[in-house]
Amino acid sequence: MSTLPTTTQSPETGTARVKRGMAEQLKGGVIMDVVNAEQAKIAEDAGAVAVMALERVPADIRKDGGVARMSDPNMIEEIIGAVSIPVMAKSRIGHFVEAQVLQSLGVDYIDESEVLTPADEINHSDKWAFTTPFVCGATNLGEALRRIVEGAAMIRSKGEAGTGNVVEAVRHLRQIKNEIAKLRGFDNNELFAAAKELRAPYELVKEVAELGKLPVVLFSAGGVATPADAALMRQLGAEGVFVGSGIFKSGDPAKRAAAIVKATTFYDDPKVIADASRNLGEAMVGINCDTLPESERYANRGW
Amino acid sequence: MNNPPVIGVLALQGDVREHLIALASADAVARPVRRPEELAEVDALVIPGGESTTMSKLAVLFGMLEPLRERVRAGMPVYGTCAGMIMLADKILDGREDQETLGGIDMIVRRNAFGRQNESFEAAIEFAGIEGGPVEGVFIRAPWVESVGAAAEVLATYDGHTVAVRQGNVLATSFHPELTGDDRVHAYFVDMVRATG
Repeated sequence: MSTLPTTTQSPETGTARVKRGMAEQLKGGVIMDVVNAEQAKIAEDAGAVAVMALERVPADIRKDGGVARMSDPNMIEEIIGAVSIPVMAKSRIGHFVEAQVLQSLGVDYIDESEVLTPADEINHSDKWAFTTPFVCGATNLGEALRRIVEGAAMIRSKGEAGTGNVVEAVRHLRQIKNEIAKLRGFDNNELFAAAKELRAPYELVKEVAELGKLPVVLFSAGGVATPADAALMRQLGAEGVFVGSGIFKSGDPAKRAAAIVKATTFYDDPKVIADASRNLGEAMVGINCDTLPESERYANRGW
Repeated sequence: MNNPPVIGVLALQGDVREHLIALASADAVARPVRRPEELAEVDALVIPGGESTTMSKLAVLFGMLEPLRERVRAGMPVYGTCAGMIMLADKILDGREDQETLGGIDMIVRRNAFGRQNESFEAAIEFAGIEGGPVEGVFIRAPWVESVGAAAEVLATYDGHTVAVRQGNVLATSFHPELTGDDRVHAYFVDMVRATG
C-alpha cells in the first residue's frame, strides 16, 4: 500500500485505499438487490451491509428479455433517501456515462455488471477515472486481475444471476481460489509466464502470489438463494455475499433476508445455519444452468 | 503483564482480518470473537470498522450485546474504529431507531458525518500521545464526535471535528489505522491493555 506523504494537509478523496477500504468494511456481510425504497428498508431491517438499487432483479430481466440498462435516477435517489446503509447501483459494461450519472447521484459503489446488457463488447469502463469505487464480476483469476488493472476496488464471482442456482458461483469462486493457490507455488520464472497466460501485468500477478489473495475484497454473487448457499460461498472463501433475486423472489423476503445475514456471519456453524433455514417459506423457483442456452448466460458477458 | 495480552476482534462483520494483522504486528495475541464464551477468554477487545447497524443487529441476535456491555462496564480495554466508535458512544445521531450501542465513552457520535463514499478521504492526523509524526487517517463514510463529556479526552481532531477520543480504558477513532500498515495506534492500544494488566 502507498503511504501518504505527511506534509499533506488537505484531504485526498477517491484514493485506491479509500475505495478498497470501503469494501473491507462490507466483509462478512450481505448486499441485497432491491428495486424500491420499501424493499431497501426490509433489507436494512434484516441487517444488510448495503443494498444494490436496480430496476428489475436479474430473474425478471431474464424473464422480460430486451435491453437491461441503468436504473431511473429517481428510483436510486429514493432508495438513497430511504436507508442509511451504503447504496450501490449497476452500470452496463463499458457504459462509462451511466457510471458518471451514478457517481453524480452519490451512490457508494458502482457495479459494472454483466447482468445488464453490455454497451461495449471490447472495453470495460476506465474505473480509475472515478471517485466512486467499482465492483466487477469475474469467472476466473485473469478476469479478476484485468478488472483490478482497470480500477475495480472489489471483485465478485459472476455466478449465473437470476437463476437461484449456486452452481456457477461455486465454479467461479473455486476457479479463482485454485488459480491463486497455484500461483503461490510458482517461482519468478513461472510467474512471468503465468502473467502472460492470465493476460494481467506481472507486478499484479506477483502481488497476488505473495499475498495468497486478491489485493481487493472478493465477494460471491449469482445464484445464492438460501442461508446454506451463503454459508457455502463463505466456506469456499468468499468474504461476503451478494444476494439478488433470491430474497425478493421468495415467499417471505424479510425472514429470508435476516436468515441469510445470520448464516453469512456464522457460516461455519451448522447449528446456526440449520436454525436460520427453518420455516422460510418458498425459495425462488430457480433455473437449471445446464439447460440454459449459451446466449442467455450472463457470465459470458465481459472478458 | 509479561506475556503478550490476548486481544479479541469482534468478528460479527467488518474488517476483522486487518485488525488481527495490526494487533499481531503490535505484539499482541489476536483472535476473532463472535460468541460470549470467546469474549470471556480475551483481555481486551477491538471493535472493527464495518456497518454499525448490521453489527448492532447481530450483537443482539447472537446474545453478545449484554456480555459486551458487562465487560466494558467492568473495565475491559476496548478500541473501536469507525463503526466501532459508534458502538462505543453513549449516544448516537443519524443512526437507526433500533440501533444499540455498548456505550463506554461519554460522547455523542454522528454516524456518516463526513458524508457518503464519494467524500471518503485520507489525511494526516496529529494524534496526542503517539510519536513519530502524524498518523495516516483513512476516513470511510466516517463518523465524527459531536461532543464529549468531562471524563473523555480528545486525542485528535480534523477540520475542527473530534476524530479520536479516550476515556479510561476505552479508545475510539473515526478513521481506520488497520488499513494503513502503520500500527502505532494499535501499539498505543496494546500499551493501554498492558497498563491494566
